[in-house]
Amino acid sequence: MFMIGAVGVLARRNAIIVFMSIELMLNSANLTLVAFSAFLGDSTGQALVFFVMTVAAAEAAVGLAIVIALFRRKRTVNLNEINILKW
Amino acid sequence: MTLESILFAVFAVVGIASALLVVTRRNPIIAALYLIVNFFCLAGLYLTLHAQFIAVIQILVYAGAIMVLFVFVIMLLNLKDERSLREGLSWKKVLAGGLVLGLLMEVVYIVVRSAPHSALSVPPKATEIGTVEAIGTQLFTRFLFPFEITSVLLTAAIVGAVVLAKKKLD
Repeated sequence: MFMIGAVGVLARRNAIIVFMSIELMLNSANLTLVAFSAFLGDSTGQALVFFVMTVAAAEAAVGLAIVIALFRRKRTVNLNEINILKW
Repeated sequence: MTLESILFAVFAVVGIASALLVVTRRNPIIAALYLIVNFFCLAGLYLTLHAQFIAVIQILVYAGAIMVLFVFVIMLLNLKDERSLREGLSWKKVLAGGLVLGLLMEVVYIVVRSAPHSALSVPPKATEIGTVEAIGTQLFTRFLFPFEITSVLLTAAIVGAVVLAKKKLD
């Protein structure tokens, strides 16, 4: 799942789809944490998953706010056209 | 074929399939819907691992809040289908796919080489640690400081999102 998310981040130009791929990668990390915590009998992994979900929620909110602000300026979410920082 | 194995197989296959569909759809709202399917499959997988608190939190937070946020943003921005996916494969996509495939081969190799060949069932202790009480104990003793800092982080995220997204009051 992590690899599928990575392909999505690298190969898509729509910023919203890139965000969804990032959420996919975060979820795959969550799954790994939960699986290991179940096999090792330690609830540390699941507490960590709690924090990862919180951070992912905060990051999704701020990231989508950035996308909205960008869209107001440039009227597009195509990542190829957001190139003001390019030399 | 125990029920656990069948459930794991079903959830895993549907999860991978929906993840693939998320990154390949042209229409962003269809991709968001497949991502919701993926989150439900992940919650099912968490339940097979006896992590009931995490499964419920996954559905509440991810499928219930974050995806609603995504859908609202897609609705507000009124996004159309992505043009580039109609043009077929470009060299960038092939390169991305190749790199990721290479990474995947590495990870699979490491996992297969180091995995104990018999541990496929969940040890019985997993049921005790997945409860709300066990995770709550960890959260309020070992992870108390990160727990409090998370509230600060969420406040900062809310303020940041509001500042970034509001209109100018000229």
